[in-house]
Amino acid sequence: MSSGVPVLHWNFGIGPITCHAWNKDRTQIAVSASSNDIHIFEWRNGDWQSIHTLSEHDLPVTGLDWGTKTNRIVSCSQDKNAFVWTFDKNVWKPELVLVRFNRAATYVKWSPLENKFAVGSGAKLVSVCYYEKENDWWVSKQIKKPIRSTVTCLDWHSNNVLLAVGSCDFKCRVFSAYVKEVDEKPSPNPWGQKMPFGQLMSEYSVGGWVHRVAFSPSGCRLAFVSHDSSVSFVDSTVDSQKVQNLLTIHLPFTTVEWITENSVVTAGHDCSPVLFVVSQDVLKEVCKLDVPSAAKSSTVNSALQLFKNIDRNNAAEKINVALKTLHQNRITQILPHSGTVGNVVKFTTCGTDGIVALWDLKETIEFCRNHPSLV
Amino acid sequence: MSATLQPYLEAVRHTLQAALCLEQFSSQVVERHNKPEVEVQTSKELLMTPVVVARNKQERVLIEPSVNSVRISIAIKQSDEIEKILCHKFTRFMCQRADNFFVLRRKPLPGYDISFLITASHTEAMFKHKLVDFLLHFMQEIDKEISEMKLSLNARARVSAEEFLKRFN
Repeated sequence: MSSGVPVLHWNFGIGPITCHAWNKDRTQIAVSASSNDIHIFEWRNGDWQSIHTLSEHDLPVTGLDWGTKTNRIVSCSQDKNAFVWTFDKNVWKPELVLVRFNRAATYVKWSPLENKFAVGSGAKLVSVCYYEKENDWWVSKQIKKPIRSTVTCLDWHSNNVLLAVGSCDFKCRVFSAYVKEVDEKPSPNPWGQKMPFGQLMSEYSVGGWVHRVAFSPSGCRLAFVSHDSSVSFVDSTVDSQKVQNLLTIHLPFTTVEWITENSVVTAGHDCSPVLFVVSQDVLKEVCKLDVPSAAKSSTVNSALQLFKNIDRNNAAEKINVALKTLHQNRITQILPHSGTVGNVVKFTTCGTDGIVALWDLKETIEFCRNHPSLV
Repeated sequence: MSATLQPYLEAVRHTLQAALCLEQFSSQVVERHNKPEVEVQTSKELLMTPVVVARNKQERVLIEPSVNSVRISIAIKQSDEIEKILCHKFTRFMCQRADNFFVLRRKPLPGYDISFLITASHTEAMFKHKLVDFLLHFMQEIDKEISEMKLSLNARARVSAEEFLKRFN
């Protein structure tokens, strides 16, 4: 990292990172490589050190979420299972969740109160799981209709009841996930009046697979990204049935996260985050947030390779394989890191190149404005 | 003729960059399986529209994207019977060694000379932009290789004919 660049980044050396999760005080991070293990690293003496490895899944882990209030981790995997991990006497203990899937689990997310969580699946359904005290077990209720393809992403409303679901049938839907065993009766909100479990509140169509969906901090707005390189936006206080679809020139986004009630940051196959704002109820792109990584080249370590390069490229220059962006492969997830709900100051991204980057939003915007030619 | 090569390669480059946005995707038909959806074709919503980039009727590239894999088929320019035989021998030689090639498919699609299958595992293990560079480089080099083989074949034929006809001097 060169001085003046406002992004910290680390490479944990475990391969492509599909998802990551922070603990409450951000001293520990749980990451899943494209393998069946979950690694927990702790920041010690200026470095990340592996302190735990959670090995209960049989196939690659696809979803991970760390409940900061209860200090529990929920994980799901392509092996159809989900586990709730509880920290007890310096050991993370797994509890198998009865999700009742017959296909891979794809995404998992704690509800805001952390008394239940939702798991998406390739079985074209969503399981809402809660703890049943009588049987000392995590049981689930399932939302099936009218989902018609693999569920790719989920997000909870701040009222702990509504659930946004994105899937590969080019639809984004808002369901009620009211569980009377653990929830109080919800009050009416702009998304609807009556909310029995599994009720479809809204449905929106886009031109590609929905990769990520996110409620705004207040819960009145919804943003989702899909594979046709579009960012979609719904403001339920204006019209909960009207969706605003903004096509971009970037490669498809894979993730979106609200920074404030009026701004979102997205990232994806372009390997750099992009900032959008809502101005007078219209979604607009602001700028690409990226800083160049240190230039690295593959060294010419043999005379044969040197003369091959001269012959092939008509030049003696070294081969530069690195992209200009900080991430060298697609970004898979954005998580808020510092700041309050509704005012994120820093966020982290993780990518298929195995890098986790910590972005200071204010300084990064300043840097990008001072160096427009770099991005 | 080279004036049309660069726009053709640029079009293929941009199409490949957009098509190679892949992710790991478990099958929604078979449990615990991870299959290239462009090959099994069991779920229509997971396939994207195939794209053909053509320089002329003989030279074209078919790109078939899907959620976790892309199939790329190349039709190579073959202007006469000798080039057809050389092309068939050359691509068959490579396809029989497809395992060492990682992204090469064992059998080309009908109507095409060579096919590649790139999955999400390949885009995770390799740089995506270098994969695109490789495919474009491959397209250029294979034309050169066949041209060179044709020239050397003709040269050998001429030498053989001269040696044979010396008997009748």
